[in-house]
Amino acid sequence: MAADGDFAARAHAALGNAEVRANFRRAMDGLMAKRAAQFTDPQAWAQTRARGAAIKRRVLARLPELLERLEARCEANGIRVHWAETTGDANRIVLGILQEAGARTVVKGKSMVSEEMHLNAFLDRHGITAVESDLGEYIIQLAGEMPSHIVMPCIHKNKGDIARLFAEHIEGQGYTEDVAELTAAARRVLRSKFAAADAGISGVNFAVAETGTLVLIENEGNGRLSTTLPPLHIAVTGIEKLVETLDDIPPLLALLPRSATGQAVTTYVNMISGPRRDGEKDGPRAVHLVLLDNGRSRVYADAELRDTLRCIRCGACMNHCPVYARVGGHTYDAVYPGPIGKILTPQLAGLDAAGDLPHASSLCNACVEVCPVQIPIADILVRLRREAVRPSDTPAVKGAGAKRAPLEALAWAAWRWMYATPALYRLGSRLMARFGNRIPERLPPLNRWTGVRTRPRFAGRTLHDLARDKGYDDA
Amino acid sequence: MMPDARTAILARLRAAPRGAAPELPPWTPPVYAPEDRLTRFRTMMEAWRGEVHEVDSATWPDRLRSILHNKGVRTVLHAPATEHGRRLAGAWAGQAEAPRLLAYDRPVEAMKDDLVHEADAAVTGTLGGIAETGSLILWPTPEEPRLMSLLPPVHVALLARSAIRDTLAATAAEEGWAGRMPTNLLLVSGPSKTADIEQTLAFGVHGPKELVVLVLSDL
Repeated sequence: MAADGDFAARAHAALGNAEVRANFRRAMDGLMAKRAAQFTDPQAWAQTRARGAAIKRRVLARLPELLERLEARCEANGIRVHWAETTGDANRIVLGILQEAGARTVVKGKSMVSEEMHLNAFLDRHGITAVESDLGEYIIQLAGEMPSHIVMPCIHKNKGDIARLFAEHIEGQGYTEDVAELTAAARRVLRSKFAAADAGISGVNFAVAETGTLVLIENEGNGRLSTTLPPLHIAVTGIEKLVETLDDIPPLLALLPRSATGQAVTTYVNMISGPRRDGEKDGPRAVHLVLLDNGRSRVYADAELRDTLRCIRCGACMNHCPVYARVGGHTYDAVYPGPIGKILTPQLAGLDAAGDLPHASSLCNACVEVCPVQIPIADILVRLRREAVRPSDTPAVKGAGAKRAPLEALAWAAWRWMYATPALYRLGSRLMARFGNRIPERLPPLNRWTGVRTRPRFAGRTLHDLARDKGYDDA
Repeated sequence: MMPDARTAILARLRAAPRGAAPELPPWTPPVYAPEDRLTRFRTMMEAWRGEVHEVDSATWPDRLRSILHNKGVRTVLHAPATEHGRRLAGAWAGQAEAPRLLAYDRPVEAMKDDLVHEADAAVTGTLGGIAETGSLILWPTPEEPRLMSLLPPVHVALLARSAIRDTLAATAAEEGWAGRMPTNLLLVSGPSKTADIEQTLAFGVHGPKELVVLVLSDL
């Protein structure tokens, strides 16, 4: 689990863990290579991602109307739609549905929104057992941990870790590092959970407003089992996860699994348009959809920050992030790690709670280059850094100004003054050329820079002097 | 009184500045020559570790019997009210070495144990195939329910060669899916798999461990 302190402190601790670093390095290298093999034609890639980005931008341009249309279509199909302002509200809605049905045990398909809700712990406090059925989620549930990646939740663990967990928690299971045997053990345990479950809970990859369809993609089949075998299915999703028409699904399906795991398609694409109809022999008798806001409508209110809501949760940004690959997912201490987490988490939780995350980046732009829906992650990171130190009576982001430090503010004010006043600039640059290298390296707060980076050397003469030497007489 | 969540969320979204909805730029999914579709489908499906057999429409039950015999399958779940279900029952009737047929003819609640533990394989039809990604299109019906392609360790899918289409985009648009979505529509590309443990592929984690596609020659 994440350590205490801020991101920088946790990152230092994580960098010292050679085993976890090796686990991430191996995984990220594999995922980057597999993705690259899927997008070998640059023209096709450019065309598909332009389409994907436009689809999501169109959705956001008409979000309230499309949400109403989705609701109407779902209700017409027999899917009950619920709206939740906060994760607490969403938890209470899910609990209410389960209690009304008399459900005591739940199997879950993979859902990041349910992680956002901390739904398992909430249900447990109310006497309902929720079992994660995605293999990776099951493993971290056994370990009592948070996912470290949004697509591959137990990517930080190696098979030795998992072998120990299974030997400890699964009855009759000895220690084995054989992946096929570990997988078979999970199948055995989870099959009986599926057969006995009173309800299934899942996330949603895309909700189609035109048809009232919930699209879920997966490789394992646990998502299909969770949404087919138990008598009750509850889907939870964020209000931004919709598309307008069924025709929008193929281009997005051409982007999501390729970007995520380097697959042209997942084993299953599961499109659910209602509960069991008369005469049908299986499928849940009731389907509910919980639409969660939890700060998303506030993100939506700002035209620049709104781009955050285009995300289709492929995880390519983290797979390609030089910071994420080195420090791992838990260092972010957030449900959504990596680049998308660095822009989403501070907006949902507030800059007062997560204002250090936008700084967990070198702004190298690798995430922006691979994002299948062209989210300008680096621009939003810079915007959030600015918001974090700029108090406002009408803040665009919750907790704006929380990271304002008087000394830093003073330094920038002085910098601005100097750069706007030629005489002062000339004096300042001369002084730095003369004495800059004599400033002690350990002087606070400069040591926060020099403690981790090579100290820059000042040239003996100012830039203007050097330029004049080269013959620029207007310098 | 506090407005309800729906009203409040929609009001906030409506109060936000509105941008113009952009036009969708062109996107052209691939097109294959009709004679290349099966080759592409087979290549992709085999990459997903699905088995592809080209079989004669007239004799597929016999061929299937020998395929399943080699896999040690003893009990086969089938859909007795479908045409292929009837063909299977008719062809295997009275054959001593044919697997036992288990009919999915009651609601899941009445036969959950059989479905979860008894059936070694299930045979279903398909609506078609998708060449681009090597996917089967399954459109479960009251006669042929959803769990058939999910619970037994082996899933056998019948696919008419002429029903292999280029892409999902073309199929969905040409067949007007948006106006008639069933309770559940599925694309299936290979057996159930996971790479959650050290990115090592393992099959059959929850769904079928094997997917057998019988491509039926056209009559």
